[in-house]
Amino acid sequence: MATAYTPGLLVSENITVRKVRRLPIQGEVLVQEGQEVAPQDVVARALLPGKPHTLNAANKMALMPEDVPSHLLVREGDEVEEGQLLAATKGIFGFGKKELRSPISGKLEMVSRVTGQLTLREKPVPVELTAYLRGKVVEILPQEGVVVETSGAFVQGIFGVGGERVGTLAMAVASPDEPLEESHIGPQHRAKVVVGGSLVSLGVLRKAAEMGVQALVAGGIWDTDLADFIGYEIGVAITGQEDIPLTLIITEGFGPMAMAHRTFRLLQSLEGREAAVNGATQVRAGVLRPELVIPVEGERQSQEESLATSLEVGTPVRLIREPYFGLLGVVTALPPDLQTIETEARVRVAKVRLPSGEEVWVPRANMELLAGD
Amino acid sequence: MDRILATDCGSTTTKAILIEKVGDEYRLIARGEAPTTVEAPFEDVTVGVLNAVREVQELTGRRLLQEDGEKILIREGNEESGVDAYFSTSSAGGGLQMMVAGVVRTMTAESAQRAALGAGAIVVDAISIDDGRLPYQKIERIRTVRPDMLLLSGGVDGGTVSHVVELAELIRAADPKPRLGIGYRLPVIFAGNVGARRHVEEVLGDVVDLRIVDNLRPTLDKEVLGPAREEIHDLFMEHVMAQAPGYHKLMEWTSAPIMPTPGAVGLLMETVARQRGLSLLGVDIGGATTDVFSVFRGTFNRTVSANLGMSYSMANVLLEAGLAQIERWLPFEVPPAVLRNRIRNKMIRPTSIPQTLEDLMVEQAVAREALRLALEHHKSLAVELKGVQRQQELSAFLDYEGSGSTLVNLMDLNLIIGSGGTLSHAPRRVQAALMMLDAFQPEGVTELAVDSIFMMPQLGVLSPLQEEAATQVFERDCLIRLGTVVAPKGTAQPGEAILHARYPGGSVELKAGEILRMPVGEGKELSVELRPARGFDVGSGPGKAREVTLTGGAVGILWDGRGRPLQLPADPRLRRESLWRWFEALDAYPSMPRTVAAGGS
Repeated sequence: MATAYTPGLLVSENITVRKVRRLPIQGEVLVQEGQEVAPQDVVARALLPGKPHTLNAANKMALMPEDVPSHLLVREGDEVEEGQLLAATKGIFGFGKKELRSPISGKLEMVSRVTGQLTLREKPVPVELTAYLRGKVVEILPQEGVVVETSGAFVQGIFGVGGERVGTLAMAVASPDEPLEESHIGPQHRAKVVVGGSLVSLGVLRKAAEMGVQALVAGGIWDTDLADFIGYEIGVAITGQEDIPLTLIITEGFGPMAMAHRTFRLLQSLEGREAAVNGATQVRAGVLRPELVIPVEGERQSQEESLATSLEVGTPVRLIREPYFGLLGVVTALPPDLQTIETEARVRVAKVRLPSGEEVWVPRANMELLAGD
Repeated sequence: MDRILATDCGSTTTKAILIEKVGDEYRLIARGEAPTTVEAPFEDVTVGVLNAVREVQELTGRRLLQEDGEKILIREGNEESGVDAYFSTSSAGGGLQMMVAGVVRTMTAESAQRAALGAGAIVVDAISIDDGRLPYQKIERIRTVRPDMLLLSGGVDGGTVSHVVELAELIRAADPKPRLGIGYRLPVIFAGNVGARRHVEEVLGDVVDLRIVDNLRPTLDKEVLGPAREEIHDLFMEHVMAQAPGYHKLMEWTSAPIMPTPGAVGLLMETVARQRGLSLLGVDIGGATTDVFSVFRGTFNRTVSANLGMSYSMANVLLEAGLAQIERWLPFEVPPAVLRNRIRNKMIRPTSIPQTLEDLMVEQAVAREALRLALEHHKSLAVELKGVQRQQELSAFLDYEGSGSTLVNLMDLNLIIGSGGTLSHAPRRVQAALMMLDAFQPEGVTELAVDSIFMMPQLGVLSPLQEEAATQVFERDCLIRLGTVVAPKGTAQPGEAILHARYPGGSVELKAGEILRMPVGEGKELSVELRPARGFDVGSGPGKAREVTLTGGAVGILWDGRGRPLQLPADPRLRRESLWRWFEALDAYPSMPRTVAAGGS
């Protein structure tokens, strides 16, 4: 039987983090194995083929497609400049003369005798891939990219928007259950990764954008505020490409929710350090969660901290579904047999002691393991 | 062939089934499952396959793996250990993502779409000369989408060449790269006008991996999808699967090529419909997508609604349907912001399950809308061929707006098969039946069933090779028959008599606005005479009587007088009361206080 509980989000003080940095197409790797890199260092580069333009010469010149090549003043493969004359017809007694000029600077790639179409291509566009993490290049993927490794703290959120950013970690609230207010954000947070408590609102997001904040991290957000901030509603949990001025990482879920104490305390202890963050989320096979990586120099270990992956009596858990959504607790019993719950579904359950002392039955699918809180 | 092993490598779980011949018939002996291991840290699909098979091995006590446990054991004779054949399907790694192109949106581009969907692909975009986009927009789209392969069609044989070549030129200009395998050439299948082949080859031959097959629309009134579909399957094996971790090993193990999961399900549906002479509708509601399969008038169609699902695309159901459409299925009031947050929280924690009854109802309300939207989508693509009546030059159809009528006829529909966790694992079977009734609104007399453990993919891949084994196991071990619904088509004021049904030893009076449940168990039948009221149709025409045999099942026989189209009271209070009344009449949920109100976030 497949595991009936969710391994929690990874929150670790010291872990080896490896990131594969891969170009979208083949290119050139610019660093060596073993080289130390900073987040903004370019590690690989490729030339993306320029944007193509099609030009229907037959229509524009009133020619049959097969007659287009004989009226061209340039040949396939020639470089062309914007405005350059590509083709001309003489007309009759000087009347009805037609000219065709290039709309772009680039290359004439193809001339079609069937459609009378010209394909012109703009100059190649260089794409540069940065290291993202401060660390060491541990592997070269020839022509494709590199693997960068670092050691430090690693925190996964549950959901995020916005791509990779780097900034200094700054705490904006004093406790994990304190909502982030507009007054908490100021000019001192320019270029910072700002950590709030239980809730981030639309007003806070706008103020943070105005102040030049790189990223915001908080426990929860109202669904409607998120839609207003990014300008549309997210339908499928695949994010990271949004065109927004800052990256947002939600650690717990939608609605006001105190950030897990351990996450908050860990981030608090690392205030002032450089954090690499990425809001990209993909909730499906090969789950990708948003993350914060905070390299801690001089404490590099090759040992990975293993996440609690087995549910036992005494395991701290977070409950992730109604009617206990957002509560933390400790497992007190794990009956092996299937039990019938209120919906009449027969599932595996666990008994969980809530902070109030009350003990409740919860389907194992509705809890996430916490690695010691 | 007496012992057959089959696996389906899904994106999260790999499922194995063992089939054996017991006496004269094939039966399911055991099933096992294990997490799919395509992703890190394993990056080898065979690890999950071996784990799933190991579970079957432990459950049955039969040795199915070689001694080192590293490979499936294929036996030569009738030895005690091993299997006679092993098959597999796969949808891991995002399945097969395709882009299609054709000259006219409603004709060759649509035929190309049907070919790709029928082969089990997700169609990420359909490009056509008349799709309203400018050439550079189409090029940009081809460049950014990065499909696994592209199917180019266009032109009947002897028809347009220049439009087809224009599409080929767009593809060349885009210089598309495949999603997997950096540095590989994108596979492109050309299934268009034979007269354009030479030109297409000239334009594309040196930049993509070009394959040429028979025209999928050789004449306007003929659609021939087989050759294109087969080429898609071959390329799926050669390119897509070969790029996925561990698949080269798995490909060596199987007794027949690995198929994309939905392609295999489609094959099974086609086989069943052909054998039993049925019109059927199949639906698989998953976490990310909802697939709809249909066979009407012998024509098979499949659509995939890529972003309608019950977990990570659940919020998209909210977006496409709107909150009010979901709320209308709830018998209690929930503050809109709370409902929205709840749906989003399921999206980000997709493996969680409803613990409270109220939460279960919310999920089933979303499922109704996902199913309804998926059927709408399906109806728009499962259509008669367009343009058949007008024998003109193909280019004359560029502005042709006429649409072929849909093949989906809910009155002709004989059987609905539901699968996917929400339907197959609904705590009460009647909940699955009701979700399908509300979402699809079948008319007249329709049988309902659910797939017990989703083994249709494995049976599908088996069906072309061992049709008998596949259909026997499907009928006996895979399908759970829920029963039959009788739903007169038409509307009337609540309380008006709309149907009188007589059967040996009894009768039913059905009134508008009510739904009744009659317990008739599996394997039992009821011969009835249906006499609809004036204006109501049960399959023989408005007001016309019909004699029919209804089959029972886990739910029994349902008499649905709620009208077609289904009438929900506009007033929220009355609507909620109606829902409670229907739930009670069907014994759909355990009793709960009607005043329940959803709280929390």
